[in-house]
Formats: sequence, structure tokens, C-alpha cells
Amino acid sequence: RKNVEDFTGPRERSDLGFVTFDITADILNGKNGLQIFWNENTWMLFFIFDWNVKQLFLYLSAEYSTKNNALNQVVLWDKIMLRGDNPRLSLKDMKSKYFFFDDGNGLKGNRNITLTLSWNVVPNAGILPLVTGSGHVSVPFPDTYETTKSY
Amino acid sequence: GAAAAVAAMLSLDFLDDVRRMNKRQLYYQVLNFGMIVSSALMIWKGLMVVTGSESPIVVVLSGSMEPAFHRGDLLFLTNRIEDPIRVGEIVVFRIEGREIPIVHRVLKIHEKQNGDIKFLTKGDNNAVDDRGLYKQGQHWLEKKDVVGRARGFVPYIGIVTILMNDYPKFKYAVLFLLGLFVLVHRE
Repeated sequence: RKNVEDFTGPRERSDLGFVTFDITADILNGKNGLQIFWNENTWMLFFIFDWNVKQLFLYLSAEYSTKNNALNQVVLWDKIMLRGDNPRLSLKDMKSKYFFFDDGNGLKGNRNITLTLSWNVVPNAGILPLVTGSGHVSVPFPDTYETTKSY
Repeated sequence: GAAAAVAAMLSLDFLDDVRRMNKRQLYYQVLNFGMIVSSALMIWKGLMVVTGSESPIVVVLSGSMEPAFHRGDLLFLTNRIEDPIRVGEIVVFRIEGREIPIVHRVLKIHEKQNGDIKFLTKGDNNAVDDRGLYKQGQHWLEKKDVVGRARGFVPYIGIVTILMNDYPKFKYAVLFLLGLFVLVHRE
């Protein structure tokens, strides 16, 4: 049974629901690369799926600041990409996988929510690095709550 | 046949060794054994200091982080205060009042100006976040609940600890064989 949280959060989540991201693969010299496009901003990431990479844990996180908390980070979406999986993802109009609740009412009128794509490299054995994509997108939230939006 | 003959030869050899060892050699071997145990403990304590974690190496006990980690995988942790807790990190934490540490990923953080942080976790292989696992009335985890952050891992090796835990006879057999080996082994 979940705790009861402030319900001002999810109504603003609908603003984030309509973001498009494409992930395409580039074969470079026999290795796989990842090229990630985010709306009109292009993130060029070349990541090698080599013999010691078991999987990538990709996640999209929103980072922002509120009166209550200096730093907030919320994971909106994640995906496990195993070596050998189709590295080409064509995801459009993705809604966030997890509820984007704030700890308080800090989303209304918040002009600067930064969305970043990151990933955790899981090797067959060895170090577990966390890598952040080099681009990011800023999303502002409106000053009013949506009352009629429905999924 | 041949296997039985080899076994017979080996056991005779072993008995001879024991008979030949006099008291002094026995004491020496016991001291040797003691040294090995002390060195192991020192290395463990050293690791605790370097990593800042009370448990720098843990064994994965459940399948809630599959396909990344499976039961029996070994995780290497650090718990340095200077490292801030951020989403996406794999943390090992203990729920107040429970002994078993849990290995999951950070899903959400809210950090105040002064560094106080509260965060939510979720296992990769679980459909829902960990709120249901926390203590009654507890909605967030805090720094004090963290044993460490997973920085590296090695698969499979920890399965021995799980076997020793689940089958005490196996544990005694392993310890017995280890003790025997050290006592009888000649440098």
C-alpha cells in the first residue's frame, strides 16, 4: 500500500508526456555505436558494446530545484539494453514510466527542469560506471495546473 | 581399479605425514594457520577503512536486480561521504531493524541545501519501487541506511557463501577441509 502523496505532481506530468526520442545504431568498423537524438537536439554518443559489456541500463532523469529542496532528481523512464539487443530504438510520444511527484509543490511554475539521459554500464565483470549523456533538454512547467488532461 | 589404488596411496601418505609430525611442527603449523587468519582479518579491516563501508564486499542474495546481477554475484562497495547519492546509482542499504542488506537502484532523490537527502529505490527486476519494503511508515531512505554504493562486481563467486549459509553441513565440510589442508601442508 503506497503512502498518500501530494497530488499536485501528476497533473503537471502531462507536460512531459510528449517528448520524442530516437535511438539509432551506427556500425563503425564492426563495432556498435549509439547515436541518440532528443527532439531537435542531437546527442552524439558513441558507445562500444564490447565483449565485456553485458548490458546498458539507460535512464532518463529530470533534475530541478525547488524552495523545499536544493536538488531533486527523478527517474522518468528506464530501459535495459542487453548486448545483442537491437540497439535501434525508435520511441515516440513516450509517457514517463514512473510518477513524477515532487516533494512538495515545486513543479508549478518551475522554469528549469533539466532532462538528461544517462546509462549504467554493466560489464561481465569489473567496474560499474555511470555515464551521463553530453546533451540535455530544459523543460519549463506552466504556472497553472492542468485540470482536464486525461490519459 | 586404478582410482581405488590411487585413493589408497594418498590416504596412506596422509597418515604417514601426521605420524611424522612431532609436537613442535604441529605448533608451527597452528601458528601458521593463526597468521593466515590474522592477515585475512587485517586485509578485511583495511578494505573497510579504504572504502568507508562497513561491508566492502557483499553477495547478491536475490534476483531483484536481474539481468544485471544474479544470486551469488559479488559486489564491491564504497561508501565515501564525499560521494553524493544520485539517481541511477546502485546502492546497498539496510532497512532499520533488518539484518539483510538489499541491493537496488536509486530512483528519486530530494536533497536539501545542507546536504540532508532522502531517496527512493527500486530493483531493476521489480515492477514497483521499494516503498513496500521499507519500515512501516517509512517513505524514504537516508544516508544512514546506506551500506555502500556498488562500484564493481564479479559474477558467480559469492555462490559459495550462499551455499555455506543455506547448507551448514557444507560450511563445516569446507572449514574442516581448509583446516586440514593448512595443518598438513608442508612449505
